[in-house]
Amino acid sequence: MASPRKIAVMDEAQANQPFAYRHYSPEQLREVLRKMYLIRRFEEGAEDSYMRGLIHGTMHLSIGQEATATGICMPLTDADQITSTHRGHGHCIAKGAEVKRMFAEFFGKTTGYCKGRGGSMHIADVSKGNLGANGIVAGGIPIAVGAALTAKKMKNGKVVVSFFGDGANNEGAFHEALNMAAIWKLPVIFVCENNGYGMSTSTARSTAVKNIAERAAAYAMPGVIVDGNNFSEVAEASHAAVERARAGEGPTLIEAKTYRYRGHSKSDRNRYRTKAEIEDWVEHRDPIDHFEAELKEFGIIDDKGIEAVREAVKKEIAEGIEFAKDSPAPDIRDHADFVYTEVA
Amino acid sequence: MDASVRELSYAQAIQEAMALAMEADERVFLMGEDIGVYGGAFQVTGDLVERFGADRVMDTPISELGGAGVAVGAAVTGMRPIFEFQFSDFATLGMEQIVNQAAKMRFMLGGEVSVPLVMRFPAGSGTGAAAQHSQSLEAWLGHVPGLKVIQPATPHDAKGMLLAAVADPDPVMIFEHKLLYKMKGPVPEGHYTVPIGKAEIRREGSDLTIVATSIMVHKALEAAEALAGEGIDIEVVDLRTIRPMDKRTVIDSVKKTSRLLCVYEAVKTLGIGAEVSAMIAESEAFDYLDAPIVRLGGAETPIPYNPELEKATVPQVPDIVAAARDLVTGHR
Repeated sequence: MASPRKIAVMDEAQANQPFAYRHYSPEQLREVLRKMYLIRRFEEGAEDSYMRGLIHGTMHLSIGQEATATGICMPLTDADQITSTHRGHGHCIAKGAEVKRMFAEFFGKTTGYCKGRGGSMHIADVSKGNLGANGIVAGGIPIAVGAALTAKKMKNGKVVVSFFGDGANNEGAFHEALNMAAIWKLPVIFVCENNGYGMSTSTARSTAVKNIAERAAAYAMPGVIVDGNNFSEVAEASHAAVERARAGEGPTLIEAKTYRYRGHSKSDRNRYRTKAEIEDWVEHRDPIDHFEAELKEFGIIDDKGIEAVREAVKKEIAEGIEFAKDSPAPDIRDHADFVYTEVA
Repeated sequence: MDASVRELSYAQAIQEAMALAMEADERVFLMGEDIGVYGGAFQVTGDLVERFGADRVMDTPISELGGAGVAVGAAVTGMRPIFEFQFSDFATLGMEQIVNQAAKMRFMLGGEVSVPLVMRFPAGSGTGAAAQHSQSLEAWLGHVPGLKVIQPATPHDAKGMLLAAVADPDPVMIFEHKLLYKMKGPVPEGHYTVPIGKAEIRREGSDLTIVATSIMVHKALEAAEALAGEGIDIEVVDLRTIRPMDKRTVIDSVKKTSRLLCVYEAVKTLGIGAEVSAMIAESEAFDYLDAPIVRLGGAETPIPYNPELEKATVPQVPDIVAAARDLVTGHR
């Protein structure tokens, strides 16, 4: 996003603060808060629009996971690339997408990022390095490795992040991709957002290892566990992994422990977890609450400032939905566009 | 023969095309299992690793799904990978990346990306490799919009179509029959392309059109020569591309001959023969037909090991001769 602040200007109190508060300027940190709110309100807006019948199909919400998306993307430039998942709205916004064009995509409009052909599950913003969400669990992981192979071959200095969920860690593509990234020392970072459940099946029931980061040992790369609801911890791990990747030292696997508040998709009856469990995360471990409290504690923002962020986000979301509503739908006669590259 | 045209084997022609593509464009590179010092399971890459180095003739682990995905990711970010599946049967392991990712990425992203990817599939029976190393799965991939699927039948076309595939902005799947690798034929030196999506009339005739693919083109030509002595004049159309199919050439040929026989090695049902037959039935050529359309395809079994059984499982020249004769003389 931007260059880190100079260590020299830190005072003594700041030197004892967590990574993000030593490393980023107050402006940058307030921007992170804005992005977290943007992700949450975007998803709430999408959910509301779905309930009103303005969006069809289904969607997978990442509400509760905002610190992971923003923390991981913090050291990335616009040129760096990501591959994302079916639960990819947060990644898209964290990487720099405009919410109005995301809403337009969800509404199936030509002004959407995929001109209405992809929807929620294929949301992408190639101009900001987002190669796309993916409807296939682990589908984007080898693609990220391929993008990292391009970066290494072209010596363009790019780093690639592959986001995936805990469910993906039991797919063959995950294992094949991590192995290849390691043997070729590619500039790629594997980010597992472990929200505890692959659809309804808990990691305890699906995964032989206790921590998915332990899988890294099998592929001779660092495996790092972070609290995925703690922005600073996530950002710190991402910085270290990006540095390692840019230095040509190869990949890192980061496991961010987090939680999704909503069901897997719109068909979820929430029968595999308890209300108490969900409430515990919402009440005590919310990533935005946690980040706001730290920002206030360290004097980076006050209640008035927070209110201003919330208002600005609310306005952006409302305008985004209006933009989507007002945008034109694709012409049915164009249904076969983009199957093949048009030859001039 | 033109001075610049030599006799090369089908495998040598492919190798020459890959070398030319790599010389011309530094974004082109090869990926696959044992394609480096080993030279590829069928020696198609041969010694290319010595000329271009291990970074451009990349051995992959035995990871068809991951490897295919890496190729997709490299293609979508600006490289021009040529990925070799060691046997076309192993496409089944890479299917996710081919069908869900490579074929659909441009579409799903509203045209924001292209996937200039070439995949090569050594295919077909006749090598005694039995059921898991002998299949012809081209129709599987031919069913997927977003892919282009080709089956060059001659060394000339193998080189020219591979160079066309490398230049193509979309994913092109090349099915190469393993028994063709040693077949020799005239191949021009230097760079040339043979267009994807264009069939070729290999032999002109007036009594019957045989639409054949890959190795069956040669068997059909042999059958046609055998029947010429009986006064039966057969036209042989080499389909060359199964997606997008050159309907015009086939329709015009059938209008001329009024009879159609489809010959292909893959399992007969739900295959290329069904597609060609239906295409003709839906076209203006239908009114010209003087006989039912006939398909000769592979048996409804896996490919067996025993050599005699193996031969009996796919159409052979006598089968084509018999079917063609019956069609023309009205014995069906």
